[in-house]
Amino acid sequence: MAIASNKAAAQSGSARRETEVPPDLTKDQEIAAFRDMLLIRRFEEKAGQLYGMGLIGGFCHLYIGQEAVVVGMQMSLKAGDQVITGYRDHGHMLACGMESRGVMAELTGRRGGYSKGKGGSMHMFSVEKSFYGGHGIVGAQVPLGTGLAFANKYRGNDNVSLTYFGDGAANQGQVYESFNMAKLWNLPVIYIIENNQYGMGTAVARASATTTLATRGSAHGIPGESVDGMDVRAVKAVGEKAVKWCRDGNGPIILEMMTYRYRGHSMSDPAKYRTKEEVDKYRTERDPIEQVRARLLAKKLSSDEALKKIDTEVRAIVNDAAEFATNDAEPDASELYTDVYA
Amino acid sequence: MAELTYRDAVARGIAQEMERDPDVVFLGEDVAGAGGVFKATVGLLDKFGPLRVRDTPISEQAILGAAMGAAMTGLKPIAEIMFSDFFAVCFDYIANEFPKSRYMSNGQLKCPLVVRTGNGAGSRFGAQHSQSVENWCMMIPGLKVVAPSNPRDVIGLMAAAVRDPDPVIFFEHKSLYATKGEVPDGEIVDRLGTATIARPGKDATILALALMVPRALAAAEKLKSEHGIDCEVVDVRSLVPLDTQTILGSVARTHRMFTVEENPRLCGWGAELASIVADEAFYDLDGPIVRITTPHIPLPAADLLEDIALPSVERIVDRVNKSMNA
Repeated sequence: MAIASNKAAAQSGSARRETEVPPDLTKDQEIAAFRDMLLIRRFEEKAGQLYGMGLIGGFCHLYIGQEAVVVGMQMSLKAGDQVITGYRDHGHMLACGMESRGVMAELTGRRGGYSKGKGGSMHMFSVEKSFYGGHGIVGAQVPLGTGLAFANKYRGNDNVSLTYFGDGAANQGQVYESFNMAKLWNLPVIYIIENNQYGMGTAVARASATTTLATRGSAHGIPGESVDGMDVRAVKAVGEKAVKWCRDGNGPIILEMMTYRYRGHSMSDPAKYRTKEEVDKYRTERDPIEQVRARLLAKKLSSDEALKKIDTEVRAIVNDAAEFATNDAEPDASELYTDVYA
Repeated sequence: MAELTYRDAVARGIAQEMERDPDVVFLGEDVAGAGGVFKATVGLLDKFGPLRVRDTPISEQAILGAAMGAAMTGLKPIAEIMFSDFFAVCFDYIANEFPKSRYMSNGQLKCPLVVRTGNGAGSRFGAQHSQSVENWCMMIPGLKVVAPSNPRDVIGLMAAAVRDPDPVIFFEHKSLYATKGEVPDGEIVDRLGTATIARPGKDATILALALMVPRALAAAEKLKSEHGIDCEVVDVRSLVPLDTQTILGSVARTHRMFTVEENPRLCGWGAELASIVADEAFYDLDGPIVRITTPHIPLPAADLLEDIALPSVERIVDRVNKSMNA
């Protein structure tokens, strides 16, 4: 599992290491991962329902299927490490420890939302939890995440910036300006490409001249690795290595998370550009939550009953969030004019 | 008190703030080792070292994005975009990221940064290196926009911009870098959102910005000596926030309003000021508001063409005189 240089990756023809079996998690880690991923899953299912009921307007990009990426990465961080991402951000916020109520109420445009309803699904932040958004413009967060890393280096702390973006954003120009600057200045940033295989409705191979996105830093000397992003163990293992790489002063690194979103790009996308069989295959054979459940049961580290109890607890949190987000007051009209300037 | 060029005032203004606050970091293309393409930042690298004064790659989006990322954590970056025309290359950060972050985050995210840039014509650089784009920024809620016309204001407004908690776009005029002015010793701190009366007068108000201020002042002298028209010249200095009090007060005294704008005519900053005065002070006016601007054209490179495109002293004199005698 050594972090391969792009040169080595290019020579071997692929940076993918999906066939390797990652190290086991402890029982507590498996259960925590199960719970954290399930919270995101149930939250997103509920958000989808509320959207269908007309309680959520605008855009709503669900994270279902990709849960292992943020949960595994979060397991490798320490306090003060920063997270920034694009518009498919609900999972990242929950993984960072932001409250379900505040996120859901932002989706429904209520005053109890993280941005008092002024941000919406794509624009939420928690400086307290070191979550810097939530950005709507594809790829825009990549220079910002690079700037977070610059600030860490300027201050001389050993914190790391986790800068997430998708396979679609990987073809935006500012990403490569950032790669160059980050390597030139040796900044502690992990670029995490969540390759869910479709940029909106266009498959990666139809949009990208080279489809192994882990090697996209090769022109700048940034190492990269492709990881099975459906397996939380693999994500955590590579995340820990990448975090250490950055903390040790080695500069930026790229992790390409091979993952899959079960839903359309947004709620308004019926996803007719792919087959039902393709989606079903991921759901039945690769699902990140079911993988953990199966391991916990096979190793007798937990029981059906105990896991059901976790699901019940998670559902209660999500139902409470939905209830709050449905009944909370709308923002006061005066909020229209607040926080434009200091 | 010492005489200083506008160019040297830039470096002194930045140095004043970097000495005061270790969170101020300065980055841009050719700003450190080369001292800036207009030599406006000479000496800063020697004074503050390569950690705080940083040459960047030619990557305008990464410059502004990294500056904002750092600002979100509490640093106070000053980022240079060499020519304001290049704002079009990195406009996502100027239009979508800096100015929206506070609003979209319920006030959690702060963006205390300054973008300095070389604005305006006069150097025969042609259509892509000569524009006055202050109106591009004025139209975006969440940005503050200043454009000093003299060395003292460069230092004072730079201090105000760096100390301001919001993103400030700081337009330096390329054709003013070599100009000189008296500057007091010691720290200079000005206020954003304040216009100054550069020349008092009783017959008409001329509102001007940046390079158009010295031209309006020269025109006012001629209008007085040759036509007996006594013009008040207001240096608008700050487009956002806008000092409407000083502007409306001047129009209330003189009863006439002229703008001298280097930006192309359509949606130039003077159109907004004309709208404000028409709304708030219509009955103070004794005649139509007249805007003297660059036409709605790309800027040419040839000496003769560039000279006739921009409002000149002669054009200002002619337009004001004709309108006052109409």
